[in-house]
Amino acid sequence: MKIEDLIEKLEEEFEDVEAGVLCPDFNIRDIEGWGSMHVLVVIAMIDSEYDVLLSGSDLTNAETILDLFEVVQEKMN
Amino acid sequence: MALFTVNNVKIKGVSAAVPEEVYSNRNYNWISEKEKEMLIKTTGVNERHVAKFGMTTADLCESATEKLIAELKWDKEDIDVLIFVSQSRDYLIPATACILQNKLGLSNNCLAFDVNMGCSGYVYGLSIISGMMSSGQIKKGLLLVGDISTLNTSYNDKSTYPLFGDAGTCTALEYSNEAKMSFNLQTDGAGYEAIIIRDGGCRNYASKESFDKVKHAEGIERNRVQLELQGVDVFNFSLKEVKPNVSRILDEHGVRVEEVDYFVFHQANKLINESIRKKLKLPPEKVPYSLDRYGNTSSASIPLTIVSELKEKVSKGENKLLISGFGVGLSWGSALIDLEDLICPDIIEIKLN
Repeated sequence: MKIEDLIEKLEEEFEDVEAGVLCPDFNIRDIEGWGSMHVLVVIAMIDSEYDVLLSGSDLTNAETILDLFEVVQEKMN
Repeated sequence: MALFTVNNVKIKGVSAAVPEEVYSNRNYNWISEKEKEMLIKTTGVNERHVAKFGMTTADLCESATEKLIAELKWDKEDIDVLIFVSQSRDYLIPATACILQNKLGLSNNCLAFDVNMGCSGYVYGLSIISGMMSSGQIKKGLLLVGDISTLNTSYNDKSTYPLFGDAGTCTALEYSNEAKMSFNLQTDGAGYEAIIIRDGGCRNYASKESFDKVKHAEGIERNRVQLELQGVDVFNFSLKEVKPNVSRILDEHGVRVEEVDYFVFHQANKLINESIRKKLKLPPEKVPYSLDRYGNTSSASIPLTIVSELKEKVSKGENKLLISGFGVGLSWGSALIDLEDLICPDIIEIKLN
């Protein structure tokens, strides 16, 4: 798993975000209008793409895309 | 393990009734336009039928039942069991099933009782009524399932208000030698707080404070007699538990996905249901949705979806269905059912008199 893949998947989910904006140290809460629906969308995407089920607190604790990447990787192993 | 088969009971008909009034989520101005757009896209709920104050689940179920009995041409004297599955009963006591027995003009020899279950309620209800009828002494039975959930949601709570719709349904069952249905039912009460109305029961008796509106997060304000829903917890539970439950019942009975005509899931929300569909690798044409026009109708969602989406298909010939309900409790379960020439009247829209 590469962080570039995760970023690409996030870009696919959030079409309003311009390409190139999302990067490893981007805070996911800075996505415009970030809310509980976004949390669900991220959990669903990660479950279907990586077969990892994140909890609500995993997402609360993850600030940047890198944090998110690390928690997914940790749970994959 | 609650994995079992009930023999000799057949579903003869299914009907559904909804309130006439439609509420479009495009008009839900408690949240911003942007948020509204995201909400509709993610939940898949465009509009839903909403009961006016004074209309109850029992009223909807009563209309659905009268219409079904008329189309089945059943004699009411022959109906020996009525079960009402709902979390929105007419009174705290007595059981709504007793009131319905009288309103429907059923015999005093008909047994009637309530079952307090929500999203999984239709599957649970089918298992109870078929179990009671399986020995053959009771030949005809009615399973009334539905909820008016909108009454208990706060307009100022974006996590519940735009999701729910109201509906009441009736399923008619008959003793039949060749028939069988199979179930796989599960429970995890550790998650009881994921979907809850906190006050008004015996644990937290209703008090003045129960009606104080409290802000829990941005866009989430409600009191303690209104429905609380922990979206992420429910979502995680659904992603984790539904697939293995469905796979297990299919494996147990050696049924392949291709042999099932339709998979009818509780209409939770689009993101949850589509995730489950993809996990089970089911083709979209086998997984009907009524969510866009009716919302999440709690216990009514499976029979309502059968009537609204599959009426033409199930009215003729034989169809094998896998139905699956999951949510409040936490409680979940699936059933394999066979339908043959199902009597399936059009959905009734009810006006408050």
